[in-house]
Amino acid sequence: MTYVGNKADLKVVGTRPVRPDGVDKVTGRATFGADFNLPGQLVGKVLRSPHPHARIIKIDASRALALTGVKAVISAEDLPNIASEEAFVGEGPMNFRDLSRNCMARDKVLYEGHAVAALAATTEAIANAALALIDVTYEVLPFVIDVNEAMQPGAPLLDDNMYTANVEPKPTAPSNIAKRVHFKKGDVAAGFAKADVIVSGTYNTEAVHQAYIEPHAALATANADGQCTIWASSQGHFMIRAYVAKLLGIEIANLRVIPAEIGGGFGGKTVVYLEPLALALAQKSGRPVKMVMSREEVFRASGPTSGASMDVKIGATKDGIITAISSEMRFQAGAFPGSPVQPACMCAFAMYDLENVEVTGYDVISNRPKVAAYRAPGAPIGSFASESAIDELADKLGMDPIVLRQKNAVNQGSKTHYGVTFPEIGYEQVLAATKAHPHWSAPLGPNQGRGVATGFWFNIGGESSAAVHINEDGSVSVATGSPDIGGSRASMAMMAAEVLGIPVDNVRAIVADTASIGFTHVTGGSRVTYATGMATVQAAQNVVADLKKRAAMIWDISPDAVDWKDGEAVPAGANAGGFDPLPLAAIALKAGRTGGPIGSEVSVNAQGAGPGFGAHICDVEVDPETGYVTVLRYTAVQDVGRAIHPSYVEGQIQGGAVQGIGWALNEEYIYNAKGSMDNAGFLDYRVPVASDLPMIDAVLVEVPNPRHPFGLRGVGEVPIVPPLAAVANAVSHAIGIRMHDLPLSPPTICAAIDAKG
Amino acid sequence: MSKHHVTATINGEPAEFLCETENTLLDALRDQLRLTGTKEGCGSGDCGACSVIVDGRLVCSCLMLAVEAEGKTIQTIEGIADGEKLHPVQQKFLEHAALQCGFCTPGFLVAAKALLDRNPDPTETEVRYWLAGNLCRCTGYDKIIRAVLDTAAEMRANA
Repeated sequence: MTYVGNKADLKVVGTRPVRPDGVDKVTGRATFGADFNLPGQLVGKVLRSPHPHARIIKIDASRALALTGVKAVISAEDLPNIASEEAFVGEGPMNFRDLSRNCMARDKVLYEGHAVAALAATTEAIANAALALIDVTYEVLPFVIDVNEAMQPGAPLLDDNMYTANVEPKPTAPSNIAKRVHFKKGDVAAGFAKADVIVSGTYNTEAVHQAYIEPHAALATANADGQCTIWASSQGHFMIRAYVAKLLGIEIANLRVIPAEIGGGFGGKTVVYLEPLALALAQKSGRPVKMVMSREEVFRASGPTSGASMDVKIGATKDGIITAISSEMRFQAGAFPGSPVQPACMCAFAMYDLENVEVTGYDVISNRPKVAAYRAPGAPIGSFASESAIDELADKLGMDPIVLRQKNAVNQGSKTHYGVTFPEIGYEQVLAATKAHPHWSAPLGPNQGRGVATGFWFNIGGESSAAVHINEDGSVSVATGSPDIGGSRASMAMMAAEVLGIPVDNVRAIVADTASIGFTHVTGGSRVTYATGMATVQAAQNVVADLKKRAAMIWDISPDAVDWKDGEAVPAGANAGGFDPLPLAAIALKAGRTGGPIGSEVSVNAQGAGPGFGAHICDVEVDPETGYVTVLRYTAVQDVGRAIHPSYVEGQIQGGAVQGIGWALNEEYIYNAKGSMDNAGFLDYRVPVASDLPMIDAVLVEVPNPRHPFGLRGVGEVPIVPPLAAVANAVSHAIGIRMHDLPLSPPTICAAIDAKG
Repeated sequence: MSKHHVTATINGEPAEFLCETENTLLDALRDQLRLTGTKEGCGSGDCGACSVIVDGRLVCSCLMLAVEAEGKTIQTIEGIADGEKLHPVQQKFLEHAALQCGFCTPGFLVAAKALLDRNPDPTETEVRYWLAGNLCRCTGYDKIIRAVLDTAAEMRANA
């Protein structure tokens, strides 16, 4: 199919049908990770380190194993010792050695909550009692939590063999700095020399968790013939298969992963934690093993995203043309390398057409849980710094901050500081729609402030598989390898229905397990509607071609003389013959006589995902007595290319905005002097609740991506990029003080107001 | 120690189960009665995913002991619909796309029904505060609030 430039030609795309999995999810029938059970299953539990940093001297499980009902205990000794090897299966680079050691500590524990041992027992009560009977002897080591302290010479070292990568000459001493990244374009010194106005500041954010409501859960079986099965909730069952097979040394064909419904992920379920342990325990005990994390374990032992410390300096002419930007970003990676500092350095300044820019980033390990991807990894953090600084620049210039952005905006053909030249993008259209929105010019009251900020995310394509099958009665089944995290069954069914020219209710979409469909990358990177959608569209196109052939056979004319229109085969013209249209159901009925079942499976490595841009406006009121911030009004504008199901696109934008609001105002990992997290629960780690918020006005700008049949761009990640700075800019304007540190909790704001006097 | 035998009315049907003293109602619903529509998100009463209605009161089933269910009338997500006919709030959640991952949805629906049972005409603020005990990380609450308000309007119109 060629690109459908005219929206009026679309019959299904752009409508708002009920999702195919909807009734299951409003009746409690949908089965999530913890809802699977097998006869004879054991309960698996993890023993976790109480220390942020310690050497494991000895693990003695004899007392636990003596307890009736305990069937297996494992520690790192029972698992393969995995060598260092980089892989890209999830949403970013992953080192299998680190992944293995994060799932189960080897030699040292590197953060409070790090898994030390795991066991399986007949009941939960026995499993819990047995955990207390595993005797671990530790040599407690000095620890470091803060990113800037971890970078200092003399800081406690987590890894004695870590020499900062990408530094010439190679450092002579190990450090906690895993990697340096560096982007340079033009001459920054010359740029600053041309500036009439310069702003600079240091911005800090805290680690925050994805805080999906469903804790990690997995159920595993291992048969005597080596065939294994895992039921688990994740953003990619092929990811689980790849990681577990690698970590346990299993041939991939012997491991089948069956996807559960996923109760939120936001990047945090693009890695494994419990899955290899459950399978190793199943292998050792000969029984199915089910493991479910507690909420406390989710906070202490699964991936938050980085906190960071960032310096930004921006110079501009008095007319608002940016002459130079320099920045240094220092990101916590947690206990193993892999913070999203590189995308942060790229995304933070991608909105601006810059002549002179230099950005340096550092990936820094410390005694915190290993970070995992979180929605547009790195971009919200870096953009908090850059978009706060741009706002301060607008204040200093006395210029409308949207106009300042318009003067420097990237467009098609702009070359970014990381080397990519943008294709068709919609940043200027987003800025124009934001400026024209009534919210931007609405009046404000006392103690109120307004902030605006923008954001960018690459969006990706990648490997996906989809199958479209015409059933005997003419109804249609679609199967893909992408877990449905927010309505992708609906969008797949809609795209297939559009191509087939039939009502969407005649199409049912499912998520197929690893043995039932081709390899598919994780649901992440805002790639599913784009890449899995492309596989679905191509499979549906193959089916249409086959349907035309079948009609030609029935009519005994050339396939070229058949057209496909509104779900029916029709003669292509008067010369083709005077046949009545053949509906899909009629062709399906005769499939046995025209060559057999009609269906197509397509696997793609989709390229050409369209970059995404958004702009958010936030109004707040700050109580000067308590420092409490009320979000009064919020508008989120985004170029979505083309919305397949507008309600779910709006939902992505609203949800992303609110996660960003939580990040800006409330959420943080709080550590005490012992290196222990003080707020590992939803009472003290406060995500936004309904009463904290206004409606979120999601405004869809559609600048179609010509490299997708329906023009779509990924939408899920862009909306979490602008809110941190949008909220902070609003608070800064409300109290007349530039705020540099998140979260903007009441004590922080009161301290700032008191300091000003 | 022997288990406790508990008899209750669950979703309009007589039900009985055996439980340990330390089991929560959530444990009994999920593990004994296989009513897995009620979810565990935190186990500490902070997320509302385990919301059920006990004798007309909205409670977190993770904060109630299973033995306390003796003689009680309990409604879970599995009992909100009238057979195959969805409750209006379930239907409105679908029409408004008020769910993404769907994990918090059972708790929200039970909580919303409990609100509408006692207040057929809530304001937006009343809906927001009533549902403040239920966490949703996907939607930003916008479409959930709209779905509940729309349900209330439709139920009033049909009353």
